[in-house]
Amino acid sequence: MEERSKAIQDRIREKAKELLSNKTVDLIIGFGEGSLPLRTTPRFIRNPEKVGRLIWNSFCENNLSTYLHKLGQFKVGLVVKGCDARSVIALSLEKRFKPDQVFLIGVPCQRMVDRRKVSKAVPGEILRAHEQGDQIIVEGEDFKTVLKREDFLYPSCQVCIHRTPIKADVLVGDPVEESPLTETHPEIMEFEKKSPEERWKYFEKESSRCIRCYACREVCPMCYCTECFVDSSNPKWIEKGFSPSDLEFYHIVRAYHQTGRCSGCGACERACPMEIRLTYLTQKLNLDVKELFNFETGIDTEILPPLSTFDIEDKQDFIK
Amino acid sequence: MKLKLNKKDLKPFLQNLMEEYDLFAPVQLVEGVSVFKKIDHPDEVDLSTSNTQKPAKEIFFPQSEVMFRYEKVGKQNQIISMEEEKRERILFGARPCDIEAISIIEKVFVGEECTDVYFLEKRKKTTIIGLGCNHPLSTCFCSSAGGDPFLRAGSDLFFIDLGEAYFVELLTEKGMAFYKNKFFKEAEPKDLTLVKELEEKAFEKVGYSIPVDGIEKRLNLMVESSFWDRVHEICVGCRICTYLCPTCHCFDIVDEDEHQRGQRVRNWDSCLSPLYSLETSGHNPRPTCRERTRQRLMHKFNYFPKNFNQVACVGCGRCILYCPVHFDIRQAILWTSPKRPRGSERGTI
Repeated sequence: MEERSKAIQDRIREKAKELLSNKTVDLIIGFGEGSLPLRTTPRFIRNPEKVGRLIWNSFCENNLSTYLHKLGQFKVGLVVKGCDARSVIALSLEKRFKPDQVFLIGVPCQRMVDRRKVSKAVPGEILRAHEQGDQIIVEGEDFKTVLKREDFLYPSCQVCIHRTPIKADVLVGDPVEESPLTETHPEIMEFEKKSPEERWKYFEKESSRCIRCYACREVCPMCYCTECFVDSSNPKWIEKGFSPSDLEFYHIVRAYHQTGRCSGCGACERACPMEIRLTYLTQKLNLDVKELFNFETGIDTEILPPLSTFDIEDKQDFIK
Repeated sequence: MKLKLNKKDLKPFLQNLMEEYDLFAPVQLVEGVSVFKKIDHPDEVDLSTSNTQKPAKEIFFPQSEVMFRYEKVGKQNQIISMEEEKRERILFGARPCDIEAISIIEKVFVGEECTDVYFLEKRKKTTIIGLGCNHPLSTCFCSSAGGDPFLRAGSDLFFIDLGEAYFVELLTEKGMAFYKNKFFKEAEPKDLTLVKELEEKAFEKVGYSIPVDGIEKRLNLMVESSFWDRVHEICVGCRICTYLCPTCHCFDIVDEDEHQRGQRVRNWDSCLSPLYSLETSGHNPRPTCRERTRQRLMHKFNYFPKNFNQVACVGCGRCILYCPVHFDIRQAILWTSPKRPRGSERGTI
């Protein structure tokens, strides 16, 4: 695994250098080394001599397409995984940037590692970590643990069947085989087994931890309203306090606004400091949209999401 | 006064406290996520986390607090005051950084010119039992920020984990009231030696690597620096770093109106939100993440020291751990320093 990552990293740097040198783009947004083990950070590079700061490994978890809203007039070379590329396609359908403004450096993704799950599997603070083959080796003050990479993947990565970017201006690795590790999102399976009362209880418990930091909204490339409904004071849709109904209202509406627009990247859930489960809602909506409209976000560069358009053939079963 | 409490007596000790006091302590909500909460049963208390997600500030300055209610009687609005805190309170198991942060917030909320009664009421009624940090995390930099893993200041009682027992120090008048607590035993000389060892080990681990000293002066010259054009870039503008910060204390006051009645509520606010500085005219003096990130750092390391002679950062490391894009405040501090180590901008400190 680490050899493949290394090869991808070299090609990202090479391509970045080329794009900056020949001025195809003004900046590259990729991943850089984090100051903590198991972490990377988005890295903005403008100088072709500094492309050595770009890296690739199994911890490149951010969806960088969220930065496209900040572009202004600049042209950007964006490092994207399969899910991120789907977000870019969804955003281009919503005309968020000019077609020649974004150059996609596509990485066929190895599925990203859930750093919090790794942290919980070891007895102390992780001070060093590296990947070796299909293992993650983590070390702390008085322990060294070898973990099987496959057991520590994000839920959204386990079900992913679009790891190779569908649209990219260049692919910096060989396409990967597109089969999911599990057929259904593990939490959706659990959720669907529950009775409506139990489902409500679960949702209530999860949303009760919300601190309204809106990190789930801010990291999501599809959340870009000039004024989010929670911030509107006229009309006021929602109070700003912590009554359960307000927290629940926020989470339901946030999920519903993603219908047919969510690429299932899981960035919202990864961002939450209170570890609120969020993707069981958005991924369930994705499954519904697939079933009802045969539509998947960011797969086609021409077809609009079902809720953005009307077709006389649309299913109308819900009208009784 | 040097005392100790056997760990097997901890629960009875807490149970005993709960008869007289409202007890607040760290509680794990789900695996890996803890906050300070009012305790109903000593079993809930979880001291295994070095730093809870949400800091102890919310015991004095809740994220959402009703200030008063109002009701329309005839044509007049009648104000119904909130009930005062009746019981004395204990904050148990807070770490030195969180406790130091409470004294930082106190400088703002309790002053000569004005006093925040909501904060003061809770502060006056609370006895603080601090807990030393035997195992500071790699993200902790309290020593650089003027504190240390065993800082006693602000605590009324101070606990140090000795393995089988807690070493107990009574530090203030409020603390001395516990002198005759039936669960406390007298400490032995070997306990003192162990305390010293634990302190030395923790001090060594935390170190003094982050150049917080002199940052106020450095930032004086940097208000219009191109530094701000770059440092904010990765910030997505969520509020995690401010809400989880033990010293951030901004709030927003809103009326939750229900026709004939309502309540005035104050909620935590964050300078990283565009709404924070949005004026009624529609003008926003801090229009982008650049100005907002600058505000966050300048407030902590320049404006606050100017007003109160102390940085508004205690080095708890929460903003580093929980930032979704891994913005590291230590690096931002390093970047302002002319003595920054080579390669620091590459993500290795």
